[in-house]
Amino acid sequence: MNAPVSIQPNRIPGKGRLSAADPLRFTFDGKTLPALKGDTVASALIANDIHLVGRSFKYHRPRGIVSAGSEEPNALLGIQRDVARHTPNIRATVQEVYDGLEATSQNRWPSLKYDIGEINDIASPLLSAGFYYKTFMWPRKAWDKVYEPFIRKAAGLGKAPVHKDPDHYSSQHEHCDVLILGGGIAGLSAALAAAKNGARVIICDEQATFGGALHFDSDVTVDGMDGFSWAQKVTAELAAMDNARVLLRTTAFGYYAQNYVALIERVTEHLSAPRADLPRERLWEVRAKKVIIATGSIERHMVFANNDRPGILLASAARTYLNHYGVGVGKNVGVYTANDSAYAAAFDLKEAGINIPAIVDVRDNPNEELLAKASALGIRVLTGHGVMAAGGKLRVSSMSVAPVNGGANEVIAVDSIIMSGGWTPSVHMFSQSRGKVTYDADKSRFVPGVYAQDCVSIGACNGTDNLSATIDEAIAAGEDAARAVRHNAKQSATAINATGGEAWEGTLIGAAPGAEAGKVVKAFVDFQNDVTAKDIRLAVQEGFHSIEHVKRFTTNGMATDQGKLSNMHGLAIAAEALGKDLPEVGLTTFRAPYTPVTFGALVSHSKGTLFEPTRKTPMHDSEVAIGAVFEDVGSWKRAWYYPKTGEDMHAAVNRECKTARTNVGMFDASTLGKIEVVGPDAAEFLNLIYTNPFLKLGVGKLRYGIMCREDGFIYDDGVVARIAEDRFHVTTTTGGAPRVLNMMEDYLQTEFPHMKVWLTSTSEQWAVIAVQGPKSRDIVSPFVEGIDLSTEALPHMSMAEGTICGVPTRLMRMSFTGEMGFEINVPADYGRAVWDTLYQAVEEAGGCAYGTEAMHVLRAEKGYIIVGQDTDGTVTPYDAGLGWAVGKKKTDFVGIRGLKRPDLVAEGRRQLVGLKSVDGRSVLEEGAQIVDDPNQPMPMKMIGWVSSSYWSGNAQKPIAMALIEDGFNLMGKKLYVPMANEVIEVEVCKAVFVDEEGGRLHG
Amino acid sequence: MLLIHCPYCAEERPETEFAHAGEAHIERSTQMGELTDEGFANFFFYRDNTKGITYERWRHIHGCGRFFNAARDTVSDKFLVTYKAGEPKPDLSEIDNQTKAGAKS
Repeated sequence: MNAPVSIQPNRIPGKGRLSAADPLRFTFDGKTLPALKGDTVASALIANDIHLVGRSFKYHRPRGIVSAGSEEPNALLGIQRDVARHTPNIRATVQEVYDGLEATSQNRWPSLKYDIGEINDIASPLLSAGFYYKTFMWPRKAWDKVYEPFIRKAAGLGKAPVHKDPDHYSSQHEHCDVLILGGGIAGLSAALAAAKNGARVIICDEQATFGGALHFDSDVTVDGMDGFSWAQKVTAELAAMDNARVLLRTTAFGYYAQNYVALIERVTEHLSAPRADLPRERLWEVRAKKVIIATGSIERHMVFANNDRPGILLASAARTYLNHYGVGVGKNVGVYTANDSAYAAAFDLKEAGINIPAIVDVRDNPNEELLAKASALGIRVLTGHGVMAAGGKLRVSSMSVAPVNGGANEVIAVDSIIMSGGWTPSVHMFSQSRGKVTYDADKSRFVPGVYAQDCVSIGACNGTDNLSATIDEAIAAGEDAARAVRHNAKQSATAINATGGEAWEGTLIGAAPGAEAGKVVKAFVDFQNDVTAKDIRLAVQEGFHSIEHVKRFTTNGMATDQGKLSNMHGLAIAAEALGKDLPEVGLTTFRAPYTPVTFGALVSHSKGTLFEPTRKTPMHDSEVAIGAVFEDVGSWKRAWYYPKTGEDMHAAVNRECKTARTNVGMFDASTLGKIEVVGPDAAEFLNLIYTNPFLKLGVGKLRYGIMCREDGFIYDDGVVARIAEDRFHVTTTTGGAPRVLNMMEDYLQTEFPHMKVWLTSTSEQWAVIAVQGPKSRDIVSPFVEGIDLSTEALPHMSMAEGTICGVPTRLMRMSFTGEMGFEINVPADYGRAVWDTLYQAVEEAGGCAYGTEAMHVLRAEKGYIIVGQDTDGTVTPYDAGLGWAVGKKKTDFVGIRGLKRPDLVAEGRRQLVGLKSVDGRSVLEEGAQIVDDPNQPMPMKMIGWVSSSYWSGNAQKPIAMALIEDGFNLMGKKLYVPMANEVIEVEVCKAVFVDEEGGRLHG
Repeated sequence: MLLIHCPYCAEERPETEFAHAGEAHIERSTQMGELTDEGFANFFFYRDNTKGITYERWRHIHGCGRFFNAARDTVSDKFLVTYKAGEPKPDLSEIDNQTKAGAKS
């Protein structure tokens, strides 16, 4: 973009700190405009004499730029870098211009100047406070079809981007001695004092340059130089110190417990062509020993009729545009104020050659010196007057002025109005820290009162108005903080001498003259949510007396600017309407974030494949190689089934199930939870944890164990192997391992601390290969050394240690299929090699690998339960038909008392039984409800539900397990499963569908 | 995020290292099987759910793995003290005074 920069009508040569030697170009609603490096979109628009930048949310009123900072309620634009990088609702006052930036106005159609939605402004009497609550009530049917679509369409400003966010974000934890929030004169002074005394300091500020109010306050001189230059010098000094970190464009947005503060740094948002490796934003999570809050104060607007017309803005903003950006907000600027600061702005504008037709001051007796200076500059001052209304529509054109006490109106032509209703200390961070504010009645403001955390407020946010007092307070805070954390550091005094920056007097909160109760005018309190003074009075009139209710009913302060300008006005108007004092009504709660934060930054790296860890078994890649389809089980990837060419899931599962029963199948069981329980009291301990007796389990033997909670309900199950007198290999369900270990640790540490037992999670140390089926022994035996695999030596439910394929193994003769089988535990690193070797042998024998689906079918054919599928936290071992696993002679175990509760021993409990479909074809839906009479009137009494259901290729029929009231006594009874389109008749049976006698287990 | 002092590690660590484990000082009977219905209900179901100072168990699950006890104010969400499992409830009056003295006004 090397074309010559065209004229910027409001850019004033010789003013501001930007250089004409650094021209940039950007577009607004498609029109190319010139700017200078360092401009915000707002300053560049005003330089081009553009104030109209958007339409308001509810009434679609034309809106302009109000502020020069993050408090901006109106100037929200869509900012586009490229097609995938469109961000809506960016404050023009915060976004820096880079070459090629594209900005678009929002909430208007067909164009900013001619907007159809403006009809809402004319219809505004119908859209008063609580409009939504009152209108969208009945008829109820209209909700889906009419109201909700309408509300959704009307809701929100701007358009969300349609493409996936191509940027990356970063996050970082940081610890420091002193964290300073705000880089104005207070924050910088405190940072300097703390850093010079050895403290590790972080100072952040949301703006592109440090200085805060020094951006606009040209009257301040510090250490012999102008304030802003001093701020840059100190920033450089701090940046050069090893113990200080300086964060520009960084907003502290959340203050959490124990000085945990979240900052958001905008890293590339101001760059034309950011390096690809830079994150767009960086989230800082800072833990600070001390926090110094130096967040300054925010100027308030005046609440008068049509105060939202484009061209009307805060006095300090006008001063910022002039003194920092070299931009005049207009050529003929009216001033409306209740505070001295507007005078300083007016004087600066006047001295820059801008006409000031009048200063309208609601006060009768403003400061004499100011009046004298105004007179000397030839500015007319109307004291005791108010602006009754602003004229103009797309841009303010006049102000109608009248004495506060009544009298004739005078219309004064203007092209801009600057205003000040006084200053609101920014207590957001203090308040988020749970500190309690206190009301300063003299100056009608809330200031920090009782602190809840180790932090201190300094300067304007603390209600300290005077410059030298601010500096004293800041240096003291910095030195105190350093001393508190660095006891041995050498003391180094900081001296800063500042002049100028007189304290500004005067305040007005609530409606200005002409917008009092009874006046039917649109005097806006909250620009972003279109809340007028009238709306707040209406809310009170309609019975909302709590400020929190008034806020929600009117939506005052609920927009993305969080009421930075509006809260105090809203509160004052509500208090007046309620006839109460301000502190009695109270402030609404300040909540994080201080300004909007992108989800990208909060999510940071935790997205896509990094969202959560993926757990893969050691054999995973081999399973991929033989075509496994995987399912997610918790964070595990488990082989679900292994389709051959042309097979669908059903065909593959049928084949796998059949092969395992008739030949041999192998299964990756590595995800089972495993806990090594070791110590002289290990058996005693397990005897307490499990319902089963464990004291007499022989070395080399296995036992299926059930674990309950104290309430007597099944918590987990698994096979326990006794490796040695004092050593057990415990298995848990795949998902249950962490909670089982936690429960064991809990009992061991807190209830049975006298026991000498050590618990170690070994889930990931062992790879587990199940080889199941009539040929399983033939497959395994050639590779095993040191173990006799005969049934005599190694019967069902026993184990031995030896080697397989030359690596150590804990080889267990056990089965979750009902076939003779082995579960081969090998150290995880050898898992894949052993799997590959065995797989080759299995394949040569005509066997196959089977996945979790076949495993589920095979175990259901035998009625083996899966905890969490066939139990739901209300099932006892007796209900599950596993009463045999409860040690009747034991005097204690977890759940012993719970199992005796009256409801748990009562008749009619739901019990786990099998179900056959009478038609021999219908596979029931898991979760389906069961009734005994399908013709009973609705609502029917549901007597149970289907917990497991499959097609069994081996049984050639559907099989199911269900929890049914009194199920054990219903064998052979016909029950019914009502579905959407049919009623399926079922017959209750034992939950065993294959090899009822269990002979196959023993080979 | 809170910082929690682990009495076993003897240092403050971030909350994400810990897991809450319910109310503290509820003792499991050594005659568990013989408990009355009321006794079991009190042991298993009833909890104080205090507004104010509560005694509760925590586990330094992503640290040393130990269970310990804490006195925490459920209104301010502040930990007053943490102590090892098995130790009696601490006398909070002294801690309370220290906290009050430490607070700024």
